[in-house]
Amino acid sequence: MGAYLVRRFLLMLLTLFGMSVLIFVMLRLVPGNIVDIIFDSAGFVNPAQKAKIERQLGLDQPIVTQYISWIAGLARGDLGYAFVSEKPAIEEILPRIPVTAKLAVLALVFSVLFGVPLGVISAVRQNTPLDYALRVVSLSGLSLPSFWLGLLILMAFVHWFGWIPIYRSTPDNPWQELALLSIPAAAVGFRASALIMRLTRSSMLEVLRQDYIRTARAKGASEPAVNYQHALSNAVLPVVTIIGIEAAFLIGGLIVTETVFNIPGVARFLVEAIRWRDYPIVQNLVMFIAIVVVVVNFIVDMSYAVLDPRIKYEE
Amino acid sequence: MAVIDHNAGLSRAGANVRGPFGAVLFFVRRYPLGAVGALIMLAFVGVALCADWITTYDPLSTSARSSLAPPGDKHTLGADFMGRDMLARIVYGSRISLAVAIGATVLGCLIGMAIGLLSGFFGGWFDLLVQRLMDIMQSLPLLVMALVMAASLGPSLTNTIIAIAIPLVPNVARVIRANTLSLREMPFVEAARAVGMSETRIAVQHVLPNTLAPLIVLATAQLGSAILVESALAFLGLGVPEPHPSWGRMLSESAAEYVRTAPWLVIFPGIAISAVVFGTNLLGDAIRDILDPRQRF
Repeated sequence: MGAYLVRRFLLMLLTLFGMSVLIFVMLRLVPGNIVDIIFDSAGFVNPAQKAKIERQLGLDQPIVTQYISWIAGLARGDLGYAFVSEKPAIEEILPRIPVTAKLAVLALVFSVLFGVPLGVISAVRQNTPLDYALRVVSLSGLSLPSFWLGLLILMAFVHWFGWIPIYRSTPDNPWQELALLSIPAAAVGFRASALIMRLTRSSMLEVLRQDYIRTARAKGASEPAVNYQHALSNAVLPVVTIIGIEAAFLIGGLIVTETVFNIPGVARFLVEAIRWRDYPIVQNLVMFIAIVVVVVNFIVDMSYAVLDPRIKYEE
Repeated sequence: MAVIDHNAGLSRAGANVRGPFGAVLFFVRRYPLGAVGALIMLAFVGVALCADWITTYDPLSTSARSSLAPPGDKHTLGADFMGRDMLARIVYGSRISLAVAIGATVLGCLIGMAIGLLSGFFGGWFDLLVQRLMDIMQSLPLLVMALVMAASLGPSLTNTIIAIAIPLVPNVARVIRANTLSLREMPFVEAARAVGMSETRIAVQHVLPNTLAPLIVLATAQLGSAILVESALAFLGLGVPEPHPSWGRMLSESAAEYVRTAPWLVIFPGIAISAVVFGTNLLGDAIRDILDPRQRF
């Protein structure tokens, strides 16, 4: 287990290093940097002035030098300066993380809370009208674009209550914040809950056919005890995997949902930064997302060993 | 070349198959939901192909008089702020959405298949390198990867297809590689080797055709996410540029204002996206059940 942990950790570092090179090169392959965009929109070009700004921003340096200075900065905890606001990138990024993190956790809680029980019900009542209905709902969850779902929710609020649940950065109390965040969280989490439901269902169906379930029934265990204690605890492993995969999808959902609900989070900020070619913000944010995804997957991998004692990590 | 009689195969398996459309009818009876999905897909493809006959409006022509016209006699699904007919925009938008989604899926699957086959069959340093590269690409969510690619390639139809196709590659490459690894150990590959076939010929003639079933399963699943990613990119303003009508951009940020005043601008493009993705998902489930019965969720 120890050796596996170390190897896995080193692979993680390698992946993140590769990501940093990839994102850095990709952003700079493009013709046109922020200076071009500003000068294009201003409508006049003074080459001397343009070169001066490029020099100030360090964009005239060779790409390798730019990369090394970025990584060296990262090691010191210095993320550089945002091009647009000219503030340190870390001051732009850090304050935006808590909202997004709260939203992500709420969405994940929402998706597990709905996905797992509904998946179990669907499996236990296989091929009944209830099962068909739940399957259609979950399939539609995978089909609705989450930004459209968000817009529909907004529309429903306007129609029935006459107001739009706008997020405020200074809520009156934690409950209000929770209420305001849970609406976009439901929009993001619907897709994840649909996937978790489908997976729980198929995993449960597989387990329910096993011999030990028949044994449990034969010795007179009650139906809920069979379904939840014997079956679900064995069916839960693939579901944990999907939570790891969903973490990545969730970030995609957050990007569009924060845009729809006008939430000043880090995911919407990424899109704005990409539009402006604000390299320091984009590359740091993309690295941040990659770290989150890689670490979540690492934790999920490790949790297998805890959840299923048969799995041992060794060479 | 011998023609395989699929109907005879199905009959032997105990299915009641008769007539020229026997296999199709069997599919409809056995997988009604999959048939519905196939019907939805066919309908959208039909709409995209026959766009000129379905609507007389030009999706690009603006008219100040019908700005924000509600659905009615003149404009069946209403008109947007610039007075462009919504039905025409949705009908012509199906061309863009389907072209981008199908183009991206095909491109992503072809690249992924080539990479997966090469790294699975020949292994070695190439395999090691490719696996790490796939790790790196998979450490970013699909949408984020597509966003960065779209922004760095610049807005155009081809670039949008590439930006969606590349993030799909790792998934395909992984599955094809795993398949190739197990196929490589199969007796028929050993037999081919024993009669002196070259490695390349074995890979192309014996291993490749056997990876097609999982590839088709994967491709239908990816098609749905390609459509969703395309609409999200367009929604965020980084998709296929104006003047092409695109479902995602019709829902774009400005639409949030119309939630109050002109809900038809929000409802109809979203229905189009959801319906076509729903169709691919239904069809994809059925195809997976047929081709790969072990893996179902």
